[in-house]
Amino acid sequence: MIQILIYILVFAAFLCLYRMGKGPTPSDRAVALDILGTLMVGFCALSAITTGKDFYINIGISWALLSYVGTIALAKFLENRSFDE
Amino acid sequence: MFWDTLGYIVIAVGVSFDLLGTIGLVRLPDVYNRLQAATKCVTLGTAFLLIGVFIVTGFSATGIKAIICAVFVLITSPTGAHALARGSHRGGVKLWEGSVTDVYAEDNPE
Repeated sequence: MIQILIYILVFAAFLCLYRMGKGPTPSDRAVALDILGTLMVGFCALSAITTGKDFYINIGISWALLSYVGTIALAKFLENRSFDE
Repeated sequence: MFWDTLGYIVIAVGVSFDLLGTIGLVRLPDVYNRLQAATKCVTLGTAFLLIGVFIVTGFSATGIKAIICAVFVLITSPTGAHALARGSHRGGVKLWEGSVTDVYAEDNPE
């Protein structure tokens, strides 16, 4: 049961990678990267309950933090501005 | 046993939200449409999934961290999506030709 859910999440991640490879503008790739980060947080939480190990959820929290910071930096970059404005 | 079954049902709902959001990310025609579909579905799906992990594990270290992570995702993901949409619009990404209005360009003439 839980294995099927993990396979569905991996399929969704591959759909994100398809959009990241095909996307016509750089904004599409940035959106796909943001969505992929949020998906991987859920994947880490599912790994925490299937393996019974505790540290996967810590990886998920730190992945959410780094994905948020990277998304804000990419948004400023797409706006054609530098980081200190 | 009851809480395990309820938690797995909530996790399955969250994973189906994730799958529908990424199908919208592939199928829709424009960066703004893709951003709208994918962000809303994937944010709610991941929040459901983390709440399901909390229901399965109970008040342990993993469950409390899952609740903290769900609150964090619910706050930061719409913020990041808004920043991406604003940056794309000000960076000059065109709308889809079937779009009927552009309120941001009407409100901010440059």
